[in-house]
Amino acid sequence: MESREQWGSRVGFILAAVGSAIGLGNIWRFPYTAYDNGGGAFFIPYLFALLTAGIPIMILELGIGQKSRGSAPLTFAKLNRKWEWVGWMQTFVSFVIAVYYVAIIGWAFSYAYFSINQAWGADLGAAEGFFYSYLGITGGQFELGGIQLGVLIPVVLAWIIIYAALAGGVKKGIELANKVFMPVLFILIIIMAIRGVTLEGASTGLNYLFQPDFSRIFDYKIWVAAYGQIFFSLSICFAIMITYSSYLPKKTDIVNNGFMVALINCGFSLLAGFAIFGVLGHMAFASGMGVEDVAAGGVGLAFVIFPIAINALPMSELFGVIFFISLVFAGLSSAISINEAVLSGFMDKFAVSRKKLVNIYCGIAFLVSLLFTTGAGLLILDVVDHFINNFGIVFGGLVEIILIAWLFNLDSIKNHINPMSDFKVGPWWSFMLKIVTPIVLGYMAIANLWGDLTTNYGDYTTTAIVTFGWVVVVATIVLGFVMQSVSWKDQEYLSGDAFDKQSGLGG
Amino acid sequence: MSGSAIVMMIFAMVVLWGGAAYCISVAMKKQVD
Repeated sequence: MESREQWGSRVGFILAAVGSAIGLGNIWRFPYTAYDNGGGAFFIPYLFALLTAGIPIMILELGIGQKSRGSAPLTFAKLNRKWEWVGWMQTFVSFVIAVYYVAIIGWAFSYAYFSINQAWGADLGAAEGFFYSYLGITGGQFELGGIQLGVLIPVVLAWIIIYAALAGGVKKGIELANKVFMPVLFILIIIMAIRGVTLEGASTGLNYLFQPDFSRIFDYKIWVAAYGQIFFSLSICFAIMITYSSYLPKKTDIVNNGFMVALINCGFSLLAGFAIFGVLGHMAFASGMGVEDVAAGGVGLAFVIFPIAINALPMSELFGVIFFISLVFAGLSSAISINEAVLSGFMDKFAVSRKKLVNIYCGIAFLVSLLFTTGAGLLILDVVDHFINNFGIVFGGLVEIILIAWLFNLDSIKNHINPMSDFKVGPWWSFMLKIVTPIVLGYMAIANLWGDLTTNYGDYTTTAIVTFGWVVVVATIVLGFVMQSVSWKDQEYLSGDAFDKQSGLGG
Repeated sequence: MSGSAIVMMIFAMVVLWGGAAYCISVAMKKQVD
């Protein structure tokens, strides 16, 4: 058994973990979610969700990963041999995300190039037509329409960067990449935020983002949206933070690391909010439209609305390049972590070196990701993304929290992390994990299940929903159990430091 | 911007970035010690 790789420094780990947490969603999901859920009033449930779910789970995952010094499957196997499938399920969820996430990075790469001459046209209709034409979009998920060269080339470029980071190892690959990406990304977002808030009409946009509508504070939907934003934003519950923390040294401050990663991630989202709503305010001002007419989130914001908003800016070419390069960097740092979570699981299970496995893994992942470079790529991505987020991550997280908080000795984890941490976790931490988090995740799981069983997501056909939604989610669970049934090549991986399981509720 | 929007903006900035800055300062102090 080879000794486990380790981060070069604490700063290196923090940058990598922050890089993982900060992704495309921080830029295109958070600002619109806040605006759409009560504006300034959203920050109250958002901060509450951060403190009651995001940070407690982050600390838990960092704690168990660092203690077990293993990937998610190995960590769950060490907690209880019958729980290994949960680690694998989360690992396969990561794999699914990895293969479509890289396509979006590819689009952002292309749009950074398109920014130079604003190839998307002059109005929203033209920008939408350009985006669909660039993707070569077809009429449905089963009409692939062939690989689109304009998408394939940047996707290959993204895979080369991801491969280089993974092949370089924890210290010389992942840490090094994040030491470059993160400072640059923060500089870019600060430039965009400053530019955003100093534009004419920006205050109108920012008013939409921050104006509190306290009448909605008792609306359960904004609380669900806040918890959802926190879960999907922090890279928790899908193997990543467990994997990253497994590369920490034996003595490290788990609690403060968890707080730093979570707070910096959310602080970044806030800066993105300044940039996005400042520019949208300016766009509304320049075009005579209302901010509510141009406010949007997700792919539509990034690749249709924002390009047109950029057109109206002074030095728009430069701002366009900055915006799309920041999407690329945010995406790449997350993609590296998502792929590392998968790679690490297989390295541990089959006791194979990174050098040997990285070529095979990246080769397979690249081939699967080709599906998202076809004309049906966006349509398939939309379904897969919806189901893997709403079911893969939510159910994976719910099972994880119930098993560890209720059937494992949570105190033994607390006793492990407290002596080496500046801030101590106490009864509040156990309460959040045992009561608050399962209730919220359980509600989200049931609500999502009910919603998707009663209505076809996005008005897609049932065949498409079943094939790219339900089958993919079920496959992550089935494959989890299949992998659990395969024996560990080197049993020594399962030995070593273990948590005290005896005094837990479930023994 | 309205007064309440400015208050919420400052509130969010102070909690998130103030909290992050405090945690970083604690980590840096430990490194110096």
